[in-house]
Amino acid sequence: MDTKSEYLHPEMETLSIEDIRKLQLERLKATINHCMNSEFYKKRFAENGLKPEDIKTLDDLKKIPFTTKQDLRDNYPFGLRSIELKDCVRLHSSSGTTGNPTVILHSQKDLDEWANAVARCLWMVGLRPDDVFQNSSGYGMFTGGLGFQYGAERLGMLTVPAAAGNTLRQIKFIKDFGTTAIHAVPSYVTRIKEVMDQQGIDPKKDTKLKILAIGAEPHSEAQRKRIEEMLGVKAYNSFGMSEMCGPGVAFECKEQNGLHFWEDYYIVEIVNPETLEPVPEGEIGELVLTTINREAMPLLRYRTRDLTRILGHDCPCGRHHVRLDRMKGRSDDMMVLRGVNIFPIQIETILMQFKELSTNYLITLTTDGDNDNMTVEVELEDLFTDDYTQLEKLTKDITRALKDEILLTPHVKLIAKGTLPVSEGKAVRVVDKRKVYE
Amino acid sequence: MTIKQLSIFIENKSGTLIKVLDLLSKESIQIIASTIADTTEFGIYRVICNEPTKAYNILKDNNINVQLTDVLGIRIKDKPGMAAQAIDLISKAGIDISYMYTFLLNGEGILIMRTNPCDKTKEIIKQNNIGFITENDLQK
Repeated sequence: MDTKSEYLHPEMETLSIEDIRKLQLERLKATINHCMNSEFYKKRFAENGLKPEDIKTLDDLKKIPFTTKQDLRDNYPFGLRSIELKDCVRLHSSSGTTGNPTVILHSQKDLDEWANAVARCLWMVGLRPDDVFQNSSGYGMFTGGLGFQYGAERLGMLTVPAAAGNTLRQIKFIKDFGTTAIHAVPSYVTRIKEVMDQQGIDPKKDTKLKILAIGAEPHSEAQRKRIEEMLGVKAYNSFGMSEMCGPGVAFECKEQNGLHFWEDYYIVEIVNPETLEPVPEGEIGELVLTTINREAMPLLRYRTRDLTRILGHDCPCGRHHVRLDRMKGRSDDMMVLRGVNIFPIQIETILMQFKELSTNYLITLTTDGDNDNMTVEVELEDLFTDDYTQLEKLTKDITRALKDEILLTPHVKLIAKGTLPVSEGKAVRVVDKRKVYE
Repeated sequence: MTIKQLSIFIENKSGTLIKVLDLLSKESIQIIASTIADTTEFGIYRVICNEPTKAYNILKDNNINVQLTDVLGIRIKDKPGMAAQAIDLISKAGIDISYMYTFLLNGEGILIMRTNPCDKTKEIIKQNNIGFITENDLQK
């Protein structure tokens, strides 16, 4: 480990574009051969009259059908694994109980490579073994916890698994341990600053903070600038998703001009979400990723549903790993709020259990001050009481049931029957008033 | 012994109350007394009118959240201390009053209340010869 070097893995990070493509083809072929150990891919190749040896070039990747979240659900829990279950050492899963969750398995080698990728990202933005890294992100099934923990330790930093919440304690840790770097979702960073203000703590004078890794929820360039100014730090955008492993898929370098996707781990495609054909380079489309460095559960042409575009293949930082723009939206109806992924169907399923409600509802996402909030308006079916306390109890019961499902507490508002606009065709269920995709 | 009250769910935003009142006035429903408390997001508009069942059907047909609620209408003399007397009897019997409002009808004071348990309230009223109104009184 040469702490003076800009690169943790110079042999991979400084590969030329040609060498990246060569390595990708080699790893893609190996991955496809390995996928034939998975019941799912064996069947899918056979159904499409496809053989591993048909993939001779990177362009041949197009012959392989896409893998979707639904495929993961349909083959829940272990249908996509390419190794024996006894050789798997970790499982991560999506939240929620609506339908089957998605399950991702890891071998020990997968965990090692994941930690290496996260360490590479953190090194890239200037963190070194003498830094103190506080991971203020949810642990457990949320990959942002363990993913950053192992990556920061791999780099050699003193790593504090502070997890999310208990902001007063977070601030005490930052001061007492001399924390120099934090990972958190952007909305939680602003919360930490709010509490610092209440405590009369000036982060620029009273702490050693210098670098932030922010991600897991969409945020605008303006939001990043605000975070940087109020804390006196550099904030770098982190991209990950549990299906790919978690954090460490892509990260901004010091240029802060797009996220480098590690092409020794993934093959990046951008397709039109309607036609599923590749879009011309630079145009916005859906990000499709193929893992080429995974053992337990490789995914071929996985549709991430995130919308973005390629910014370029060159960068003053010396890396040729493709740079992608910050996420521009979703090609499905998934909402991301305070780092939690939520589908409207999860909310609908809960609401339909309350016979006091009509089938009409509206979810509104807003930014109030520095916090992102969700309001769920629900129409009363019939008035079942003339007692305020009964209506308040109903509101509380709905709120609690929703919290159990989506892990966040929404603001539930009872409204009169027939109040919500009934649109022709598909009803509008979600209004996002936040400016997160700008 | 009880009369029918309209309980109408009203959202706290402009135009919701007038919509209900328009529907009722178009059908010549006469509102005798009504009340609504100030709350943050919604309220329950409680109405005593001359034809509660007809009014209920009108509102229901127009997709309004409405309920017919049985409430007591106690008659008291329009004199100081009369309401206190009636309420004292009820509370001493350990009966909860969920809500109450008052109005004058033909020179007589009327206490509208919903109590729990309601049956026990009816007993107290009978035992103490307290007067009460019926729906016929409201149609005059």
